[in-house]
Amino acid sequence: MSAPLVHVRDLEVRFVTRDATVHAVNGVSFDLAERESLCILGESGSGKSVTLRALMGLNPPRRTKLSGTVRVGGHDILAASERRLADIRGGTVSMIFQEPMTALDPVFTIGRQIAETVMRHEGLSRASADARALELLELVQIPSAKRRLAAYPHELSGGLRQRAMIAIALSCRPKLLLADEPTTALDATVQIQILLLLRRLQQEMGMGVIFVTHDLGVAGEIADRVAVMYAGKFIEEGPVRSLMRAPLHPYAQGLLGATVHSGMRGERLTTIPGAPPNLERVPKGCAFAPRCALVEEACLPAVPTFRSPFPGHAARCVRVRDAA
Amino acid sequence: MLLYLIRRVLYAVPIALAVGLVCFMLVQIAPGDPINAIVPADAPQEVVEQVRRDYGLDKPLPVQFGLWLGRVVQGDLGRSLATGRPVTADLVPAVANTLTLALVAAGIGFVLGTLLGTVAAVFRGSLLDKAAVGLAAAGVSVPHYWLGMVMVVLFSVTLNWLPAMGAGPGGSGAWAWDWAHAQFLVLPAVTLSVIPMGIVTRTVRGVVMELLNQDFVTTLRGKGLRRGGIALHVVKNAAPSVLAVMGLQLGYLMGGSILVETVFSWPGTGFLLNSAIFQRDLPVLQGTILVLAIFFVALNLVVDLVQTALDPRIRRA
Amino acid sequence: MSTTTATPGTLVVPAPAPAKGRGYWQGVARRLSRDPVTLFFGGVLLLMALAILFAPWIAPHDPYQTGMIRRLRPIGFQDWRYPLGTDELGRDMLTRLLYGGRLSWFLGITPVLIAFAIGGTLGVVAGFAGGWVNMLIMRTTDVFYAFPSVLLAVAISGALGPGISNAMLSLTLVFIPQIIRVAESTTTSVRNLDYVESARASGAGAFTIVRAHVLPNVLGPIFVYATSLISVSMILASGLSFLGLGTKPPEPEWGLMLNTLRTAIYSQPLIAMLPGLCIFLTSMCFNMVSDGLRSAMDVRG
Repeated sequence: MSAPLVHVRDLEVRFVTRDATVHAVNGVSFDLAERESLCILGESGSGKSVTLRALMGLNPPRRTKLSGTVRVGGHDILAASERRLADIRGGTVSMIFQEPMTALDPVFTIGRQIAETVMRHEGLSRASADARALELLELVQIPSAKRRLAAYPHELSGGLRQRAMIAIALSCRPKLLLADEPTTALDATVQIQILLLLRRLQQEMGMGVIFVTHDLGVAGEIADRVAVMYAGKFIEEGPVRSLMRAPLHPYAQGLLGATVHSGMRGERLTTIPGAPPNLERVPKGCAFAPRCALVEEACLPAVPTFRSPFPGHAARCVRVRDAA
Repeated sequence: MLLYLIRRVLYAVPIALAVGLVCFMLVQIAPGDPINAIVPADAPQEVVEQVRRDYGLDKPLPVQFGLWLGRVVQGDLGRSLATGRPVTADLVPAVANTLTLALVAAGIGFVLGTLLGTVAAVFRGSLLDKAAVGLAAAGVSVPHYWLGMVMVVLFSVTLNWLPAMGAGPGGSGAWAWDWAHAQFLVLPAVTLSVIPMGIVTRTVRGVVMELLNQDFVTTLRGKGLRRGGIALHVVKNAAPSVLAVMGLQLGYLMGGSILVETVFSWPGTGFLLNSAIFQRDLPVLQGTILVLAIFFVALNLVVDLVQTALDPRIRRA
Repeated sequence: MSTTTATPGTLVVPAPAPAKGRGYWQGVARRLSRDPVTLFFGGVLLLMALAILFAPWIAPHDPYQTGMIRRLRPIGFQDWRYPLGTDELGRDMLTRLLYGGRLSWFLGITPVLIAFAIGGTLGVVAGFAGGWVNMLIMRTTDVFYAFPSVLLAVAISGALGPGISNAMLSLTLVFIPQIIRVAESTTTSVRNLDYVESARASGAGAFTIVRAHVLPNVLGPIFVYATSLISVSMILASGLSFLGLGTKPPEPEWGLMLNTLRTAIYSQPLIAMLPGLCIFLTSMCFNMVSDGLRSAMDVRG
């Protein structure tokens, strides 16, 4: 078996400021095979975006303390210099951001922003980079692409802006595409179009994709596997069907209960009481225990290890039966 | 775009007219008979009355303003009470001298300010940042007429490197581009550059800091751009607001150089104003202020238009 | 949800003003107490204020007492009676600097205070009333903005002639438009906030809205802006005196002292620099304290 596209072991991310240290990610491990897609699901502040950014060393360099192992396409990300990272970013790995309005430079044309990426990584001339930019806009199905090359971000609709963002991310045919809540800022109808586009492009270009979202519907639409994140840890991981149908962890069950999806007409919507823990201190036991309706003595002394009742699906909860 | 251009230019017209009105009123608020702004106080009574009729000063104020405006538009700013020469005769070379001084000072201030501001923003929170912020605060707090005197004491009196006063060898007012003349420019220009240096440092630091926190900078890093590539984006984003501040500062230098010109006896508009104030030479005072203010209005207009041209987000119609 | 049965209109929901109560000011005080730079400059400012306030008791000499035989004594303790030397007419520098501060501070601060009252009022009115009132006030402001501030001060002062009241009048006229602009834009933004809208919807009168909801939220930013003008005002006021437009001799005032001592820069340069140093120090302190206040009160812009 060849090395996986992404290999993460015991990733910890802390943000250190003068006033406090925030433990944003506390020991995340996972692998991603080529062409596979993983969705990281969680509330805001659960550390999912930070994990994603750590995969390309994008967290603010001065305040961030990283430890563990992160290998992407054979590159050791945590050991790489900023110069080395710059070569990997946009080439091997690229990223789509949540808010295309602020993630695009407002005073550069869309065409220019695509072209400069291509010129940076493939050393193309300006003319051939512009030609590539046009192809890319057509690839992401932007109508009258030629005219849109000269448009500024504020002249496009939200959906078109996100397509342009995707075009930038795909411009150098990355092996791994990271997407940070790519549809959250969009209208519901546009969300579906963008998701379908991403799924098609992933299949056509054979990329690995890691998606971060708080929206279960998005997860079901695009992912092979889903990981649920809470307080800086993966607390459940499994194939999308299995996880959506029968979540193991009470938190994952709560998340499903708090979301409206088809096939639950007539069921009551539930909410999870309380709020996620303050990450200035790492909780000793199960981080979800204070909000959990099924909490018991065993939850408190230490963080529960992963228990897997059936192959490929596991959760960090003492109540889950371990078959292995 | 063209429509905006026309509208912006048209908007400057009432402002210019109002500026004219304020200048016209300067003579009206001055103590004593406005006629004293035209004829010397010791002129014979018949002459005074003759002039009063000729200039329409016996007519109501609005008519007087119209008449005055008519003369001004034709380039007639009246005659100096002190010298009897047309105001424009002294004003034109003075404006040229002040413009030279202001441009050189602005050049020094803008380059230093941009440099300091950028360094401060990039190394935010470092000692360099603190030094730049402190220097900028000192720059905007220092009374520049005093700084001028300190410069004179240091570089003219103590070190004897540079001349302390005037604008050319032998007290000549004529400017030429050689060291014999340029050395006279050094001290006043450096003194005057301190304020724009401070303001530009603060502006650039603020703008660049805010830009570096923008999401799109993360995108640029995520695309693999190196420092130079990101800098290009920052510069283009920062340019409109920084240039606007710089334009205003150039205007403030033109109008604010009076104190520094007085310290260095620089033969510019400030010097002219100063002597006009001392001799209560109201036509010179009025004419100089009018010309400087109109210059400022025009500069504001240019700054606005340049800003619009540079920033694609502003599509004013 | 039983309250929803009340008839519409009988249930008046009091519009909550955003938290600017005790908690806010406690936060401001806490942030200030953690800001050593601001505290330092504030302390220096306080010392200076006390010194010039108690000048008649501290000053060793009479500020007007000239003495031709002791002109331009050097700084230092060769003569312990004149630690900061004497000026070009033999008057004690330390005494004149202490007394000079009174006039310089007065000339620098008063125009800002008057402009704060007048400009603040006009700006809040313009921002709250909108419409033609706003148009009238703001377009007039534009005209004054067409002059660089030093030029405007010199122009008005120069036309009116020298004198303390003329200098203060011209400075006040310079600052009023600047304060109007800040007050107008802050008021306009507060006026459009939801809670003011809801106060309006619940039938509160214009006066009540301004007093209860607008003023508490706009006074802070206007005040901070005004404090930043004090530094400029000090420099301008002394500058006018330096040009001979403010105070008249033999009155002690830093700008005027700087001017009359210009003749001494060849013989006693250090003494000639002293009044300017005082202006610089004061202006710098006001600037730093204003910056500190701005960040402690979290005022943007």
